[in-house]
Amino acid sequence: MITLIFRIIKYAFLGFIRNFWLSSATLAIMILALIAIQGLLIFGTITKTAVTSLQDKIDISVYFKTTTTEEDILKVKQALESLGEIKTVEYVSREDALLQFKATHKEDPTISQALEELGENPLSASLNIKAKNPKEYPAIAAYLNNESLVPFIDKVSYSQNQLVIERLTKIIDTVKGGGLILTFILVAIAVLVAFSTIRLAIYSNREAIGIMRLVGASNNLIRGPYIAEGIMFGIVAGLISVLIFLPLASFVAPYIKVFIPEMDLSSYLLMNFWSHLGIQLGIGIFLGVISGLIAIRRYLKI
Amino acid sequence: MIVFQNVSKFYNHNTIALDNVDFKIAPNEFVSIVGRSGAGKSTIIKLLIGEEKPTKGRIFFDGIEVTKLKPKALSSLRRRIGIVFQEFRLLPEKTAYENVAFALEASGRPQSEIEEFVPQLFEMIGIKDKMDNFPRELSGGEKQRVAIARALINRPDVVIADEPTGNLDPINTYEIIKLLVKINELGTTLILATHNKEIINSLGKRVLSLDEGRLIRDEEEGRYTLS
Repeated sequence: MITLIFRIIKYAFLGFIRNFWLSSATLAIMILALIAIQGLLIFGTITKTAVTSLQDKIDISVYFKTTTTEEDILKVKQALESLGEIKTVEYVSREDALLQFKATHKEDPTISQALEELGENPLSASLNIKAKNPKEYPAIAAYLNNESLVPFIDKVSYSQNQLVIERLTKIIDTVKGGGLILTFILVAIAVLVAFSTIRLAIYSNREAIGIMRLVGASNNLIRGPYIAEGIMFGIVAGLISVLIFLPLASFVAPYIKVFIPEMDLSSYLLMNFWSHLGIQLGIGIFLGVISGLIAIRRYLKI
Repeated sequence: MIVFQNVSKFYNHNTIALDNVDFKIAPNEFVSIVGRSGAGKSTIIKLLIGEEKPTKGRIFFDGIEVTKLKPKALSSLRRRIGIVFQEFRLLPEKTAYENVAFALEASGRPQSEIEEFVPQLFEMIGIKDKMDNFPRELSGGEKQRVAIARALINRPDVVIADEPTGNLDPINTYEIIKLLVKINELGTTLILATHNKEIINSLGKRVLSLDEGRLIRDEEEGRYTLS
């Protein structure tokens, strides 16, 4: 058994070296396929982060009339919080609003002057509402327009932001669905190309396989080297694809960060390095072995 | 040792490759199978090593019915038969040494045995200096010697040579036939398929003559008498 394994590995190595050009071409295709898969996996992570970051930016603000008491506002807040669809409700009191307003306009002397002249706080208290799902906003807005609340409420920002919110919701849905389909199609293409390349490599050896059978070699001795070679291809292609992909990703990372500040690609990849490498090796070995097994089955029939 | 019992082989129902062929070959015999191209020589060999199955009839090798063997048993049967082909059929990606060693590896022999026997055999067939060359670097005669070495390395009970000299010049032909006769004299059954008249007439051994799939003559010390 050990002799058999030793011989299988020996022939796998020899096959790899003696068919250098064919091996290199197969390897190159596998590396490309693996890089494509990595790119798509990363693309998935990026869109996910982008979507969460966008979702985080959507909210509804309710501005209360200056006459409304804090007690009433907190009641509304409590009522909102008891609704299932709502993630957070943040209360901004009139004083807080004024402080924030001053802070944002501190470089504009005319505004602070105007405020001082006014003598009282002109700003309303508000609630900032974030929903778990952007699709819930129309329902929340409808709830806030309820008759019983009308006396307290000055305005709800939803009507102003309606178009933007709806558009963002649509974009988020499209990115999620489209990304999934695109990933699936591209992975399928990459896998098929790598698969046919390996099959072609074995096809060119079909005569040799026939001769080995006539010499009385067992199926294991014939099949073994091709499978060992498939594993070797998988490991080498997996390693090289990661080695190519990582510098590429860290080069692109700053540009992505401009669009999505939450996405730090380099540190993400560094943090997930081992699982990333593991996935690549796994996919590589799987591709090599499975296509080898399927291709060789055809020529091993006696 | 080898028995063909009323064996017929049809391709696509109407092409007759073998028609009711019936013969026996005893141990240590040297038998030539002659006939024109397409007479059925190669079919007999393919059926004997189980590469194809007969349409009718039964084939026995040393009491084992070849037609009923499972793939695994078929591999071990093939290790008892050494085959030499017209087109050599060496593994192109392996050196001459590895081609011969592979037959031993196929029967699971230990490495030490391989390292001992293979060079000895190369010495015997006279191309020891070409051991590490690839088949593409060898002449036709050298390739055929490597193929014979591969056929012999497992000490088979039977060596089958299918037109072994078809691609060789007269001098190499003579050398190869001399080698086959020597192998037979050392105690191996030998089956030689050929359409080379001079070889048959000079051998003076048993001859089976085939024509259009039928066995038309079976003579001890036969001569090539097809028109």
